[in-house]
Amino acid sequence: MKEVEQLTREAEQAVDDAEDLRSLDAVRVAWLGKKGRLTSLLKSLGDLPKEERPQAGQAINEAKQAVQARIEARREHLERAAREERMARESVDVTLAGRGQRRGGLHPVTRTLERIEEIFRQAGFGVVDGPEVEDEFHNFEALNMPEHHPARAMQDTFFVRPGEVLRTHTSPVQIRSMQHSEPPLRIIAPGRVYRCDSDVTHTPMFHQVEGLLVDREVSMSHLKGVLTDFLRHFFESDLAVRFRPSYFPFTEPSAEVDMECVICGGQGCRVCSGTGWLEVLGCGMVHPEVFRHVDIDSETWRGYAFGMGVERLAMLRYGVDDLRLFFENDLRFLRQFA
Amino acid sequence: MRFSANWLTEWIDHGLTDQELADRLTMAGLEVDAIEAAAPEFSGVVVGEVLAVEPHPDADKLSVCRVSDGEGEHDVVCGADNVHVGMRAPYAQVGAELPDGTRIRKAKLRGVASSGMLCSPRELRLSEEGAGLMALPQSLHAGTDLRTALALDDRVIELDLTPNRGDCLGMIGIAREVGALTGKPVCRPPVEEVGTESERKVGVSVEDAGDCPAYAGRVIEGIDTRAESPVWLQERLRRAGLRPISPVVDVTNYVMLELGQPMHGFRLEALQGDISVRRARKGERLILLDDRELELDPELLVIADESGPVALAGIMGGRETGVDARTADVFLESACFAPTTIAGKARSLGMQTDSSHRFERGVDPEIQERALDRATNLIQQIAGGRAGERTLVRGSPVARPEIRLRRDRLRAVLGFELPDDRVSEILKSLWLEVILDDAGWKVTPPSFRHDLGIEEDLIEEVARIHGYDQVPVESLPAHVRPGPVPEAEIPLSRLRQCLVERGYQEAITYSFVDETADQLLSEQTEPAIPLENPISSDLAVLRTSLWPGLLAALAHNVRRQQGRVRLFESGLKFIPQDDDIKQEKWVAGVAWGASEPEQWDGRDRPVDFYDIKADVEALIALGDGPAGDYTADRHPALHPGQTARISVAGQEAGWVGRLNPETAGRLDLPEDVYVFELPLAVVASGRIPSYTQVSRYPAVRRDLAFVVDESVPAGDLVAVAREAAGELATDVRVFDVYRGKGVDSGRKSIALGLILQDSSRTLTDEDADKAVAAVCRQLEGRFSATVRD
Repeated sequence: MKEVEQLTREAEQAVDDAEDLRSLDAVRVAWLGKKGRLTSLLKSLGDLPKEERPQAGQAINEAKQAVQARIEARREHLERAAREERMARESVDVTLAGRGQRRGGLHPVTRTLERIEEIFRQAGFGVVDGPEVEDEFHNFEALNMPEHHPARAMQDTFFVRPGEVLRTHTSPVQIRSMQHSEPPLRIIAPGRVYRCDSDVTHTPMFHQVEGLLVDREVSMSHLKGVLTDFLRHFFESDLAVRFRPSYFPFTEPSAEVDMECVICGGQGCRVCSGTGWLEVLGCGMVHPEVFRHVDIDSETWRGYAFGMGVERLAMLRYGVDDLRLFFENDLRFLRQFA
Repeated sequence: MRFSANWLTEWIDHGLTDQELADRLTMAGLEVDAIEAAAPEFSGVVVGEVLAVEPHPDADKLSVCRVSDGEGEHDVVCGADNVHVGMRAPYAQVGAELPDGTRIRKAKLRGVASSGMLCSPRELRLSEEGAGLMALPQSLHAGTDLRTALALDDRVIELDLTPNRGDCLGMIGIAREVGALTGKPVCRPPVEEVGTESERKVGVSVEDAGDCPAYAGRVIEGIDTRAESPVWLQERLRRAGLRPISPVVDVTNYVMLELGQPMHGFRLEALQGDISVRRARKGERLILLDDRELELDPELLVIADESGPVALAGIMGGRETGVDARTADVFLESACFAPTTIAGKARSLGMQTDSSHRFERGVDPEIQERALDRATNLIQQIAGGRAGERTLVRGSPVARPEIRLRRDRLRAVLGFELPDDRVSEILKSLWLEVILDDAGWKVTPPSFRHDLGIEEDLIEEVARIHGYDQVPVESLPAHVRPGPVPEAEIPLSRLRQCLVERGYQEAITYSFVDETADQLLSEQTEPAIPLENPISSDLAVLRTSLWPGLLAALAHNVRRQQGRVRLFESGLKFIPQDDDIKQEKWVAGVAWGASEPEQWDGRDRPVDFYDIKADVEALIALGDGPAGDYTADRHPALHPGQTARISVAGQEAGWVGRLNPETAGRLDLPEDVYVFELPLAVVASGRIPSYTQVSRYPAVRRDLAFVVDESVPAGDLVAVAREAAGELATDVRVFDVYRGKGVDSGRKSIALGLILQDSSRTLTDEDADKAVAAVCRQLEGRFSATVRD
């Protein structure tokens, strides 16, 4: 049985010497294959005396198992090595940029509008819209601005055709909503508005969001509540808000809303003209004359309305210092708001 | 409205600092825009009297003046050409410091010694006007410190008044308001009775009291034309932004600032006979004080004498009857013209004046006599003259409304309760007549508060004076109900997000565009609707396509070295249709440059038709409804070989294609620009998913390549193949298009993948063969397609 031991050692050596899976397989065939040397040894058992056969057979089988195990171990080792080598070859430069389309972005005015809408949606306001070429009834008369009203003259209207204008504010959507739906109502109306004015601080087109709530028990205190909440959520800051008497033909009492200057924290700076306050909203209780125009009984229903300039809010929120940038559509500007 | 802070304290001793006053006014609705010093800091400047003027020996433009500063005489070199003997002008003594920090020293100017300097208003920063020396009133004594002489230690307060508060366009109104806010008494300047010293009289008739509820007038003759307005009056005018001219003009302006009553002076000799207040007659003409000649019409109210119109009532006087410094005899007008008669007229004529501004907002209809007497007093004090009898035409007094203010309503609108006493106190402080009863208050506003007519007006007054900051801050009562969410409608925000993720940057461009660009780019044949008053010619018509704005934005970015641009916009286009304007929401995009951002593995290629079509397909796919149908078609702005008209479920759904290179050239754009434009109504309408059973049996795929003429659209091939394959075909896709070796020129090979599946059994080879045979047959028949091996 010396021979078996000798062969086993040789076989094991051959296994260990196999440098890759292919030569390992050759070793397997050479030793354990049908005509392999250990297999052949098993076949030559018949040449032995009968009483030696069991013992020899067992020795050979053990040898075969040992070699088989050695091959398996070697295979595993070689496979791992091969895998590792392949993966080493497959490694990439992770610092190179990803492939494909790069995301664009929303216009800052849209971004701001969506933010405003989201805040008011939470308070149950629906979003509605209206035409931009508007008739004078909806843009003026129904809002208590008869012809030759000084407030009407102050609005720098673009005229389209007799009786039709580019809407100077989003307020006509109030009228349309009240004409088409029964109170109670809670809507905001975002959109483009137009004024015939163009200089450093005016563009002939800009955006407003109008708000209207009509219900039974509505008071000015609710108006103060909703707008104070809005401004604080929009700017994500617990800023001071003040309501100052003003005049709009379609609300009474009317107010302008000032908020603490977000640039200087109310200390006074160039942006707030040193006052510490920024005028950001106009609002008031719906004027009875407006209700009369849309056949809503102002004894049963009351309401409040408000309007805000979207570009102004966007400028304050994002630190944009020139209104005209919004309509140049320069990618270097737009890309800052992806 | 600008006014001197010191002037206000003459009316009311409010005891507030300027800033406190400004805060109170602002928080009461009279917004203070600015508080400015009436004069900047300077020192050592006194009233100088010019005793002699000699030409400079060595300079044509300079003169050498002998100037008295009250104590001594000094030689001063001066370059102003209005310097003359006897003139009083600001004299900056040696050692004086001017507003710009300059210190005045002895100097030699072209060889002549100069001690000090005579100043222009601009050098003292008292005015923007700079030509010549500042001529001071002769009444001033040489040597008086200029700050004292002109009472310059004052502030100018600028109010930004809302149009409902015409009553505050005079000191009287501001003082009343401050009185209401502080509880301090208002002292009106006394008006003395005017004696009749002149027989001369101009008769007045008023055609329609509706246009002119009150007209008061009076002759003053024998005015001293050498007199000049006193310093205090000149300074108050100046601080209000008005230029002093002559006593009569200055006084009429002063009374306007004081009482809010615009006044006018006519040169008496120029008036022929009596005057009437009437509508102009068609064809009448009038040359105004500013030399403009107007053709009048009955829309306009005029003052006319027997020869015709002499003034545009409430707006501007006529040139012929105008008063100047040489006028000794005048007819003074103090009238009330109805706001509705004046409103809009001045603006449409392009001549808004201080007078029209006040009449449009409403002047106190009961103050005309008082204003006339006040003006007469002042003119007589300053320049003498003999006053005639007052002429007065007054229609029946306008009944003032009695307004009911209900206690319940007040509380309901404001959201909190105020004690009755407080409400009464506020209303009375505003000069309202108040009667308290069980339900609330009966209130009669004074004549000067035209803006108070209904209950809400009073609620606002109470809230305003009490303070809006006293109104509580409460949260909304929650009458909120769940609302509709139409699931088949794709919100615009999702369409936007889709494009953003596909690399597009959103743009917002003006809704009005250049007419030529719109014409070039629009499929509309009817011309775009022009604005009546465009801001400029390149923003003159309402867009009928979103492309003009987007392409202008593209051009802007190309000029700024952007190598790759993808922009989209959503918004209205304005389509003329018969006599109407259709306002439709569309979404449009433009793409130019590389198909993808520049990358390191060299896959760069320019964007092409199929890139932008993929973007359109992605948008349409958001609805989960039928895919779009794309038909080769012609569009005036697009490349004839790269244009598809889109339809979705039979509805027109816009265009996608490449800009026609000629159009691109005319718009200064690069050649290879791709565009799309889709109507939102179609793109945003989708479907609600509806489940169909998933087959448990395997699908079979058969690939076939067909050679067809170039002109055969792949889409048609697919449609026919699909139909031919029958119900088993779950999908037919094009997986290759090949031209070249093995395919005749003018033909192309299109490879189709047929996916076949049944929901109830596994398909056999025979099933598949049958379908393939049917497809081949149909394609051969319809398109002369040959199967390529």
